[in-house]
Amino acid sequence: MKSVKSALLGLALLGVAASAHAQNEQFIPMNGYWVGPYAAGGSGIFGGFIDYINMINARDGGVGGVKLTYEKCETEYNNARGVECYEREKKKGPTGATVIHPLSTGITYSLIDKAAADKIPIISLGYGRTDASDGRVFPYVFPLITNYWSQNTAKIKFIGMREGGMDKLKGLTIVNIYHDSAYGKETIPILDAQAKKYGFTVKHIPVPHPGNEQGSQWLQVRQIKPDWVILRGWGVMNPTALKAAAKIGYPRDRIIGVWWSGAEEDTIPAGDAAKGYIAAGFNVAGANFPVIQDIKKYVYTKFKGEMEDQTRIGSIYYNRGVVHGIVTVEAIRKGQEKFGKKPLTGEQMRWGIENLQISEARLKELGATGFMQPLKVSCMDHEGGGAVKFLQWDGNKWNAITDWIQPDRELVRPMIEQSAAAYAKEKNLTPRDCTKEAPPA
Amino acid sequence: MSFFFEVLIGGLLSGVMYSLVALGFVLIYKASGVFNFAQGSLVFFAALTFVGLREHGFNSALALLATLGVMIVLGLLIERIVLRPLVNQPQITLFMATIGLSFVIEGFAQLLWGANVRGLELGIQDEPIEQITTYTGMNVSKFDLSAAGIAALLVTGLALFFSRTRIGRALRAVADDHQAALAVGIPLQQIWGIVWAVAGFVALVAGLLWGARNGVQFALTFVALKALPVLILGGFESIPGAIVGGLIVGASEKLAEVYLGPYVGGGIEGWFPYVLALVFLLFRPEGLFGEKHIDRV
Repeated sequence: MKSVKSALLGLALLGVAASAHAQNEQFIPMNGYWVGPYAAGGSGIFGGFIDYINMINARDGGVGGVKLTYEKCETEYNNARGVECYEREKKKGPTGATVIHPLSTGITYSLIDKAAADKIPIISLGYGRTDASDGRVFPYVFPLITNYWSQNTAKIKFIGMREGGMDKLKGLTIVNIYHDSAYGKETIPILDAQAKKYGFTVKHIPVPHPGNEQGSQWLQVRQIKPDWVILRGWGVMNPTALKAAAKIGYPRDRIIGVWWSGAEEDTIPAGDAAKGYIAAGFNVAGANFPVIQDIKKYVYTKFKGEMEDQTRIGSIYYNRGVVHGIVTVEAIRKGQEKFGKKPLTGEQMRWGIENLQISEARLKELGATGFMQPLKVSCMDHEGGGAVKFLQWDGNKWNAITDWIQPDRELVRPMIEQSAAAYAKEKNLTPRDCTKEAPPA
Repeated sequence: MSFFFEVLIGGLLSGVMYSLVALGFVLIYKASGVFNFAQGSLVFFAALTFVGLREHGFNSALALLATLGVMIVLGLLIERIVLRPLVNQPQITLFMATIGLSFVIEGFAQLLWGANVRGLELGIQDEPIEQITTYTGMNVSKFDLSAAGIAALLVTGLALFFSRTRIGRALRAVADDHQAALAVGIPLQQIWGIVWAVAGFVALVAGLLWGARNGVQFALTFVALKALPVLILGGFESIPGAIVGGLIVGASEKLAEVYLGPYVGGGIEGWFPYVLALVFLLFRPEGLFGEKHIDRV
């Protein structure tokens, strides 16, 4: 009888200990896509993200003693599934979901109102609503690092650099080949504004989803004979575009892709047709960065890595996932500075993201110098960075061919504020007064 | 005028690629009256298996043979496990079964080989033929022209198979009238098994060509969407119809995109063939080469 009592007591104590342990966890939903048409992007990005989280747990014991936990949910890049995953995971963990990374512009749009109501911040890193960069109107949405409009102005700057100066843009013709979707159309207004400012002609050519047939679009390119082509694709549209460009003999080193058109998964299927192609990026490729080496050391040597195909470690998408991990962990760290070393609520995490600063010195400490750009987020500016590097495919790998190129903020910011104000009016929202927001701890 | 012909030729050659996918639909429909929604998934599965085997050290010829074997076995299994138990069920039941089948094949393919995007080189460059460019100013792709040649070979082979072999004649008998074919001793289920295996082979050819063109990735399943208007135009039961329908769809969508697109904001290539097919349905519901059904009242 005594032994039974001891066993029951032991089990009870174990339960209490487990519960206390669970209370010291920070839950991060991993709502991504590992199957379906966009699985290459989803599996690479969430692979890097999860590996980074596991590395932080293994190397540092979590953040401030708080272990980071996660759960995967398959969205298949589908809005309805994305919302379903969000609803399923928002209350998990001792403080609920800390932050959501929808990895889809469509899902981001679907979650904006819900996340604000639930006080869970959304990080849409390099996608989503551009005007959410105005944190006064979108307190819970963070299109961090760089948004589509910033990127586009950096692209035009890059073209200007190649042409010998911004004044040389006058009289040029640029074709914008875009995925015929909300994502694809996002940059039409900024391109039109830039065309007006610099005196070049821009022609927009839509490609119907999914973009696996582009003969007619590229024949139009052949007829227009543009000086440059901007490629705003996603998934199968990218290699198809490069092959179609080769078919009409258009030089690939005069095609500039968005960062969703600039991964190994876009160029390898295109074979030789991709050689020389240029794409924008907010992270670089490569596995020699100390941060990637730490992932290998603390995660892969313990056989706990996410990537079945380890040759993808260091690829563009994988490294972008590590960037997701870095900003998430650094925001948790920032939040803990103010609210204490304990699991943060979504609201506290929102503060952490809004006051996030990652300097060059901090990047060095993280083993990520040159891997991504420094970041400074604020109530007014939920983008926090804005710069872009340009990468060129040499047939085997992506090489950076520029330093970080800053966006044309004078052009972008007023457009963001105008668009955000229109959104606020439509939704009957009162923008926050950023001067009254709590300063960083 | 040379630009017009370039668009037209480009469209016709794209149309041949659509026909390749449509052929798989026609074969199944012709023999069993089933509209096989899973044909796009079979195309994806075939291409993924081929590149997957190559990654595992198979040379191209061996990978091709092994994939062909896998596709034949898969076709036979589908007939045995999915369709045979549904014999004499309404057509809509069979159609729904193939919808389910398509999801199973897609999921299984990704489970087996992963969801990574792969390149596929068949040794045919997708570049313009210089001589044609020099003499006419038009760009005609070596790859597209080769694909057209392969499609022509495939259609000729299938036509010979249907007309000159015993199995082929039995297939035609089954296609004409199931009951009559059974009455004269043709083993219906064996014939259906063969048809599914042949459809698997057609899916392999289509998968290799589309995979070489766009990369082997999940989006290959979407090529089935391009085959639907081809089938409406050409007729669900006709192999020549699949070819002619493909040519009409390919040429018309390209011409429409280039010449009408700019007036309506572009991007009409995706839905224009469906409009054409719907208009066509009004005048010839059975398609260009489909059999006219006359029912006694």
